[in-house]
Amino acid sequence: MRRHILSKEITGAEALMRALEAQGVEHMFGIPGGAILPAYDPLLDSSIHHVLARHEQGAAHAADGYAQASGKVGVCMATSGPGATNLVTGLASSYMDSVPVVAVTGQVPRWLIGSDGFQETDATGITVPVTKHNWLVMDPGDIAQTIAEAFHVASTGRPGPVLVDIPKDVLQARFPYHEASPVDLPGYQPKTKPNVRQIKEAARLILESERPVIYAGGGIIAAGAGPALRQLAELTGIHVVTTLMARGSLPDDHPLCLGMPGMHGNYTAVTSMQRADLLIALGTRFDDRVTGKLPAFATQAKVIHADIDPAEIGKNRRADVPIVGDARLVIEELTSALQAEIAKGATGDYAAWTRQLDEWRSRFPYRFTQVDDGMLKPQFVISRISDITGGNGIYVAGVGQHQMWASQFIRFQRPRTWINSGGLGAMGFGVPASMGAKVAMPDDEVWCIDGDGCFQMTCQELAAMAVEKIPVKIGIMNNAHLGMVRQWQELFYTERYSQVEFGWDIPDYVKLAEAYGCVGLRCESVDEVDAVIEKARGVDDRPVVIDFRCDPRENCYPMVAAGTSNDDIILGPEFETDHVSHGDTLYSQDPPEEDS
Amino acid sequence: MKHTVSILVENKPGVLMRVSSLFSRRGYNIHSLAVGTTEVPDVSRMTVVVDLPDKPLEHVTKQLHKLINVLKVIELEPTASVVRELMLIKVHAEPQTRSQVFDLVEVFRASIVDVTTDSVTAEVSGPPDKLAAFEDLVRSYGIIELVKTGRIALGKGERGIKDRQLRAAV
Repeated sequence: MRRHILSKEITGAEALMRALEAQGVEHMFGIPGGAILPAYDPLLDSSIHHVLARHEQGAAHAADGYAQASGKVGVCMATSGPGATNLVTGLASSYMDSVPVVAVTGQVPRWLIGSDGFQETDATGITVPVTKHNWLVMDPGDIAQTIAEAFHVASTGRPGPVLVDIPKDVLQARFPYHEASPVDLPGYQPKTKPNVRQIKEAARLILESERPVIYAGGGIIAAGAGPALRQLAELTGIHVVTTLMARGSLPDDHPLCLGMPGMHGNYTAVTSMQRADLLIALGTRFDDRVTGKLPAFATQAKVIHADIDPAEIGKNRRADVPIVGDARLVIEELTSALQAEIAKGATGDYAAWTRQLDEWRSRFPYRFTQVDDGMLKPQFVISRISDITGGNGIYVAGVGQHQMWASQFIRFQRPRTWINSGGLGAMGFGVPASMGAKVAMPDDEVWCIDGDGCFQMTCQELAAMAVEKIPVKIGIMNNAHLGMVRQWQELFYTERYSQVEFGWDIPDYVKLAEAYGCVGLRCESVDEVDAVIEKARGVDDRPVVIDFRCDPRENCYPMVAAGTSNDDIILGPEFETDHVSHGDTLYSQDPPEEDS
Repeated sequence: MKHTVSILVENKPGVLMRVSSLFSRRGYNIHSLAVGTTEVPDVSRMTVVVDLPDKPLEHVTKQLHKLINVLKVIELEPTASVVRELMLIKVHAEPQTRSQVFDLVEVFRASIVDVTTDSVTAEVSGPPDKLAAFEDLVRSYGIIELVKTGRIALGKGERGIKDRQLRAAV
């Protein structure tokens, strides 16, 4: 006789879907498989739109792109064993970049755990170093509460990825459902409100300084502190460098925006930090790609370091004024403190410093030479994409030269429009992350600036996007090489090129795009660039892949070689000889006009 | 430099792994680690002796605080705390040397917990240097095997760990 089922009894899988809906989840990315199968049945009756990825790594990167573009928590789902291990790269990238992602994985049934069962891996064990926290749910009654905790942990404090692993029989079990209680985690109490005394001390240092620079990091974007940052900069007249994770936090056209510092940052941004007497570090972590050789970094500067993660303060560089708190609250408090001082007549004098910065900006812009009838320069292509779209799209990149050029040459206008794998540097991030970004922000034009190496790592997600009619534009800066590795071999391995040549034609990117149901375009010369970009912009029912055939010899500059001081920034060949000759066009990123 | 750190953690599966994984991932060298239950149900206490040649302890404690299951982290200063360790040590003790081993056990206020015709197992507890001294003295008889619990420690005075602030907290 069939067991009597109480009307309020539901399965663990149904509880999972209810719990996700209760968190406001509208979209998720994933692939079904054995252990997670029970969850895919109630998904059919759920309001959640699930995008069927073609590889779990794609699902994880898509969730990351979704979260970076929208500020909401990205969700991905996979089965046990290989499903879970394939998520790891994506989770690691989200962890390094502090992106809120919830991953749900199936696990083998409870009685099989520990027996090396089919498709069993220790998903929570494997992901400990790459998640903020994770859970193995051994009781169906804990599912709703665990999902509530997972979203809370992922999205508060310093955001980050979490993983919830649920055995198959827990998903299948019937139990009386009850809603999650308010989350109460005694060991997790993020501090968001800054200490008033430290804020006052920071304001004092700012007004005393002569060569201050605001060093804005990804925390600005995570905290929604872009407008507050702009207000602080405009109040004080202090210039801002926007790190790779903070591009767009202050618009590139803003006169106080110096752009990207770091290994491939521009001369002024790098050197302003080196010569500063005060670094106002907001939501950033003194990453080695920004500081270069640490003992030689900004040696004359005092440091105000504000971050929501206390462990980042003093980790790499001693802070003179440590401030723990949410970047927006810190900046607002700091602005109020400065306003109070200014009202009392105090004022900073940065006029000489501003003149110095402006001189550097006019002398050392990003520079490249596009010969009108020569091979395409990726910088030229990216500049055209930026100009034609007005910097108003969402721009996603893979990892490598093209990523650096995109960060250099796209004129970002607002936060959450630059999406990349900054800390982990996960090649293959671009295509799936752009899928996630477009799902999150369907009304925005989403461009993936990709490399031929990156594209080949995750291009299977073209299938997911074609089926779902997700119309992203993917511009491959096809230089037939692993470009950044080639560059390093040229510069540091006496031009001994080892395993870096891909070739132009394998695969045929146009045919590959078409095989996946996408539009495939090719562009080989300067006079085709604008037209092909416009053509891609006109497609709104499927992805477009553009094979931009670019010059493989082009290197990414400026460059601070790994392990060297930022003082030893290499400007590159454009600054060694005069490349402007008849018939050539010299493009440079001009400094913004003061009155614009 | 060696530091003794007390960590209160929620008694949940995997907590020891999270803590030890953090130490290994960040390159912090664990000298000893002891875990046990406490006066509060569902809360365990770890005593970790960590060797940090070139970093301030604050780096470790702040990373530990980030673990969701970690409730409290404090450093126990050697002068302001009581530190103990327990050792079981099995020593060769033939009839002609046995009484000498027994004398040492007496002097150290240790106790004999097992005896065979050729060996003696002693239980020694106390501060780590006392254990080391005993070990040195019986080495010449031949140590067959030994095991230590790792250090445990409590702060001196009336206050408990929950009332104490970490020195140099940001």
